[in-house]
Amino acid sequence: MNFPILTSLILLPTIGALFLFFTKDKSESNLTAKYVALFTTVVNFLISIYLWISFDQSTSSFQFIEDRAWIDGFINYKVGIDGISILFIILTTFITPLCIISVNNSVKNRLRDFLIAILIMESFMIGVFCALDLVVFYLFFEAGLIPMFLIIGIWGGSKRVYSAFKFFLYTLLGSVLMLVAIISIYWITGTTDVVKLYELGIDVKYQNLLWLAFFSSFAVKTPMWPVHTWLPDAHVEAPTAGSVLLAAILLKMAGYGFIRFSLGLFPIASDVFTPLIYTLSVIAIIFTSLIALMQEDMKKLIAYSSVAHMGFVTLGIFTLQQQGIEGSIIQMISHGLVSAALFLTVGVIYDRMHSRLISTYGGLVSVIPKYSILFMLFALASLGLPGTSGFVGEFLILMGAFKDNFLVAVMASIGVILGAAYILWLYKRVVFGKLINEDLKKILDLNKSEYFILSCLAAPILFFGFYPDPLINTIEVSVTDLINMNTTNLASK
Amino acid sequence: MELLILFLPLIASIISGFFGRYIGDRNSEILTSVLVSISAILSIFVLYQVIVNQFEENIVIATWINSGSLNVNWSMLIDPLSAVMLVVVTSVSALVHIYSIGYMSHDPHKPRFMAYLSLFTFAMLMLVTSDNFVQLFFGWEGVGLCSYFLIGFWFKKESANAAAIKAFIVNRVGDFGFALGIFLIFYLFGTVNYSEVFQEIVAIQDKNLLFLGLEIKAIDLICFLLFIGAMGKSAQILLHTWLPDAMEGPTPVSALIHAATMVTAGVFLVVRCSPIYEYSPLILNLVTIIGMSTAFFAASVALVQTDIKKIIAYSTCSQLGYMFFAAGVGAYNVAMFHLFTHAFFKALLFLGSGSVIHAFKDEQNINKMGGVWKNLPYTYTFMIIGTLALTGFPLLSGFYSKDAIIEFAYLKGNTTGYYAAGIGIFTAFLTAIYSWRLIFKTFHGEYNNKEIKIEETHESPLVMLLPLFLLSIGAIFSGFLFKELFIGYTSGYNFWGNSIKFLEPLSSEHPPLWFLLLTPCLVLISIPIAYYLFVKNKELPNSISSINKPLYNFLVNKWYFDELYEIIFIKSSKKLGLFLWKFCDGTIIDGFGPDGISSFIKRCSLKANKFQSGFIYQYAFIMLLGFSALLTYLIIK
Repeated sequence: MNFPILTSLILLPTIGALFLFFTKDKSESNLTAKYVALFTTVVNFLISIYLWISFDQSTSSFQFIEDRAWIDGFINYKVGIDGISILFIILTTFITPLCIISVNNSVKNRLRDFLIAILIMESFMIGVFCALDLVVFYLFFEAGLIPMFLIIGIWGGSKRVYSAFKFFLYTLLGSVLMLVAIISIYWITGTTDVVKLYELGIDVKYQNLLWLAFFSSFAVKTPMWPVHTWLPDAHVEAPTAGSVLLAAILLKMAGYGFIRFSLGLFPIASDVFTPLIYTLSVIAIIFTSLIALMQEDMKKLIAYSSVAHMGFVTLGIFTLQQQGIEGSIIQMISHGLVSAALFLTVGVIYDRMHSRLISTYGGLVSVIPKYSILFMLFALASLGLPGTSGFVGEFLILMGAFKDNFLVAVMASIGVILGAAYILWLYKRVVFGKLINEDLKKILDLNKSEYFILSCLAAPILFFGFYPDPLINTIEVSVTDLINMNTTNLASK
Repeated sequence: MELLILFLPLIASIISGFFGRYIGDRNSEILTSVLVSISAILSIFVLYQVIVNQFEENIVIATWINSGSLNVNWSMLIDPLSAVMLVVVTSVSALVHIYSIGYMSHDPHKPRFMAYLSLFTFAMLMLVTSDNFVQLFFGWEGVGLCSYFLIGFWFKKESANAAAIKAFIVNRVGDFGFALGIFLIFYLFGTVNYSEVFQEIVAIQDKNLLFLGLEIKAIDLICFLLFIGAMGKSAQILLHTWLPDAMEGPTPVSALIHAATMVTAGVFLVVRCSPIYEYSPLILNLVTIIGMSTAFFAASVALVQTDIKKIIAYSTCSQLGYMFFAAGVGAYNVAMFHLFTHAFFKALLFLGSGSVIHAFKDEQNINKMGGVWKNLPYTYTFMIIGTLALTGFPLLSGFYSKDAIIEFAYLKGNTTGYYAAGIGIFTAFLTAIYSWRLIFKTFHGEYNNKEIKIEETHESPLVMLLPLFLLSIGAIFSGFLFKELFIGYTSGYNFWGNSIKFLEPLSSEHPPLWFLLLTPCLVLISIPIAYYLFVKNKELPNSISSINKPLYNFLVNKWYFDELYEIIFIKSSKKLGLFLWKFCDGTIIDGFGPDGISSFIKRCSLKANKFQSGFIYQYAFIMLLGFSALLTYLIIK
């Protein structure tokens, strides 16, 4: 066996966290703690880039597999990646260091513990994206909630306890059902190894129920309408770095789960439930866009827009078209970058003015031009302007959806109009107009680290907008094979 | 060299936008103007090559989106159609760049302004030189974005911001149709490249589709969806509301974007897709009807407006209607010809009105002007030239193109054709009236401005007059010189080659002589009529309007489109959003979901709490009760 590169990716942040745990919590050592965390995550990012370079794009079979017996004859610790997982791993390792740089001002007390939570969470997230055993996946998937729960509950705003429990209640409900489903899969087939399950297939008569059990978990995490109401509350209360991790990475676990497990393990049930997914996705896109239009709180607005954007993702996945699924994956990566950037931009002015209300602001462009330019770029990416990564994802999804179902594509396209309306209106009210609020006149433009973080996010948004080939080439073979597998399964039904 | 045309404006924009602060205002103005001018000269050279050598080329710059069977490239297609557009776009853009140096001289954000103008030019060039629908869409949204930036350029003005958003959103509604059209094309043809789509068109011409429960011919549906996009961008009736509001932007922007180039993109789209439209007579009729309705509607509104820029904006809207109905009757080349001449005289009129506004220190109301023709001799002359060209005065450019449109509509020989020709002639008359009203009210009669003394109005600097001069040359000669090339049907040489498709060759007959003379006569007599109404006897228009108060209000309020849309779309979606948020998410989902469950459990546990009272006699009583119940059960069983 080669060097266990995936395990080291998973473990490295945890080691960093342990290291922090055993250092003394003095006020001056805060900076050291930050450097340690930053160093760990940057190294992790570099490893993941190396992984991408050495990754073989021409095959859809899993690579860098590690398989160790954990509980003999029952669970194996098995990890491995294909073209789909690697992009999510890179997204995780890319966003986390940026988050750590951004915690300058937003977290006042117990910075060290905050960093530990972030590092542990990175470990779990990477684990989710490379787990090849259902039990291992489940453990990582659920464990990822704990740091997030703590981040909201300890470092959150005034209603943090309510939000944290709402978040927990929702996600727990779904997870329990998924656990039951995983146990039943073991009873039915005798294994929880994903690769083996792909080959074996699961008996048609069980598929519907199992699909619904997985769906209940993924739908909450996505979040899909109508189980989305935890997200706006969680975002509003979470500190900026928490919101970024939540929007950029945590939400992507469910989309990834839909592709890897719902489509992969239950092709026939997926076909049966496609109308359900379409309906919920379209409702999510239109309803939450309309709701976003009326928000007075900037973070809530972006949270609702996330629900709408994830609606596109679920729509695209279940079109079972090359363009649809590829579009969904690109949309997830793009949304990871764009929503992270938008939460950070809101965080920047929140740090200065301590208000998330849109009405506090107005006329910012004349005092903080740099900020306004970057904010504009992210707003445009969010509304899916051609030339940004948001366009590529949305366009491919709608193209795929159109092939499968006209009505759905038409309705979802209305969301594109609304998407422009709410984000431009937000931008207009915050950035343009006359500067009325006297306090705003003293506001400072981006400092170096904020400028650095936002530029780091802006660069890939633009690059992949004009040249998405690196992304598409990575996933192309895996997606094609997934579709082929599904169509043969459906045909043999 | 062709790529230079495309990328010089982009380079100009990047340098001026990001480094404008370092290189200085003047340098960024000069740099952008020079680079765009070079691009214009190169474009003229390319057009010359196309005319003389039938030069055509399709350059692939890079791949863009490659997903499964979808292959989209960044590309540059040079053919007669795009070559003409290249010249229109770059030459007007270059003149507007130069003009802006003078017009924006008091503005603190010059580099930003120039960067937007150049970026717009780049996006527009991407639009016209694309060889596939997706890059066309890129340019399409790109010009929309620049238009948004430039309308809202004076970001402190609340009205400018509102207009900018309105423009973007209304255009998005059009883009919604356009995007669906592209999806449908990909669905049917499996490709989005023009050449492949146009080749395959015959194969699917009889195909029917079930769309939203209706059985529709596939081609009709494609054409319809694409036309929605064209209506949005070209401000046709129903989707026109953004264009008059867009006049909040600086005047050079109105000249470049909202007169000469961007708004003609819809016409360009229809002409570019002529190989598809030719197979859909149904939608071509729709195009004609929408076109002539817009032409008439906008002209009627222009009659009563008092803002100099809004009059010209409605005039643009009306002229775009002419282009559409030319395309609708199958005379795509005539539509392009009118697009070409219109670019010159309308840009001239806008820049001229900018010069007037400049002279009156940002006054736009024509009721507060008048009598200044001696003070602004050059501006006056250029405006007269522009007006003559617009109204179709014999031998000026508008005469050739607009009369050709009316003639072809007449020659079409069917009901829609005759009807369109009739509306066209009447609208031409209205056009002449409102145009001369503008001239007479602005330059003749008494001086009506109380804030500025007449001596203070001054002629614009040379840097503004030079572009006006060049445009007026275009406005005078572009019709006469290019008539044979664009719409000549005598020589047998077809300039457009394969870029425009005619299923049946256009009729080469001539309409009767009385018909040919009708429009020029109306145009000529409208001058004295307008002079009488707006200079000699000013009471008459007032009394006419007071007699027909409802009609007058209807026109002044632009047929109440804005008010209607406010109620139907804006207010209702806000209300719906509020309802979905507060009621659906708040009361229903949260109320029965997490909050409901937690309060239910809390209530249950409170009830259960009460059992733990700690009194022995209560516990004993309950035990007794349970015991007797059990006993009863056992006995009955």
